[in-house]
Amino acid sequence: MMTIALYITIAMVTLAALLNMYRLIIGPDAADRVLALDTLYINAIALIILLGITLGTRMYQESALLIAVMGFVGTVAMAKYLKRGSVIE
Amino acid sequence: MLDRLRFPQPWLSLILFVTWQFLSEGISGASVVMGLLLAWAIPQITEGFWPEKPAFVKARRLPMYLAVLLWDIVVASISVAKLILSPRQPKPIFVCYPLQLEHPLAISILASTISLTPGTVSADVSDDQRILLIHTLDAESSEEVIDAIHKRYEKPLMEMFQ
Amino acid sequence: MSLFSEYLISGLLLIGGAFTLIGALGLARLPDFFTRLHGPTKATTLGVGAIMLSSVIYFSSTDQGLGISEILITVFLFLTAPVSANMLAKAAMHLGVRTTDSTEGNPWEQ
Repeated sequence: MMTIALYITIAMVTLAALLNMYRLIIGPDAADRVLALDTLYINAIALIILLGITLGTRMYQESALLIAVMGFVGTVAMAKYLKRGSVIE
Repeated sequence: MLDRLRFPQPWLSLILFVTWQFLSEGISGASVVMGLLLAWAIPQITEGFWPEKPAFVKARRLPMYLAVLLWDIVVASISVAKLILSPRQPKPIFVCYPLQLEHPLAISILASTISLTPGTVSADVSDDQRILLIHTLDAESSEEVIDAIHKRYEKPLMEMFQ
Repeated sequence: MSLFSEYLISGLLLIGGAFTLIGALGLARLPDFFTRLHGPTKATTLGVGAIMLSSVIYFSSTDQGLGISEILITVFLFLTAPVSANMLAKAAMHLGVRTTDSTEGNPWEQ
């Protein structure tokens, strides 16, 4: 029961990641691509958590936390770059 | 020497300390010492980035506000999901929202709230901090949006900060 | 694990997956940048939140202690989603991204 739900969820999140990839490739603006990357890292966190539940281990959660922190900093840096032309003024 | 041993922002220090305890593998002597060190050092280092001290007048109203917000986030996501799944094209509006709040922290809380709730994303604040530009995904008129945000979120925030 | 918590975890997982998928669908389908901004900030954040909650319940019901790091990740995502949406909206306004014809009003530039 739970295993089936888990597999369906993994399929849905993977499909979501593919849709993000589609937006990442076709653009059309740089801002769209950054938004797609932002969504993609959130989906990656979801996939890592799902992997943790599948394997029954807590080991991967530290990496999910790291992706959350680094992804946010990355998005903000990219948005700043698009707006100002440099990250650190 | 002892002058340095102060906590300019007790709430920030407390949050940092508790977060560090959560991040460490179980609470031990080492994690408490490190947590205290961080709770002391980080507010000192970042002091220049806080233009003025955050001033909560009635902090006890915050849990109620957060509960309303959490409920609204769920409702917001369902309504956005419905719109995405329906075949019709959305009718977006850029709304100029006249701010009545004055405190910078209150404005940023309001902007974050707006971004998380029904079909609205706050895009920019004018330089004099009077007008907030909001993009709504699907709305009938801008007056309706302004009215809803004012009643539901700005009023409680004004009571908390003034 | 009790039957009740198993149903609860399954339900939360499916809800979370559905919201994540809908957020991505919105990103792929909606007509311009500003409308696309709505999908990820709301639907995806809530979807990942639901998945985290199911993970917390799963690990507590199998006696591996309460999942603090999931709660931290969820809180962090809910705090950062509006900030990154706001930064991206500002960047898009600066770049002068095209809006759909049905949009009322204009993004201002200062």
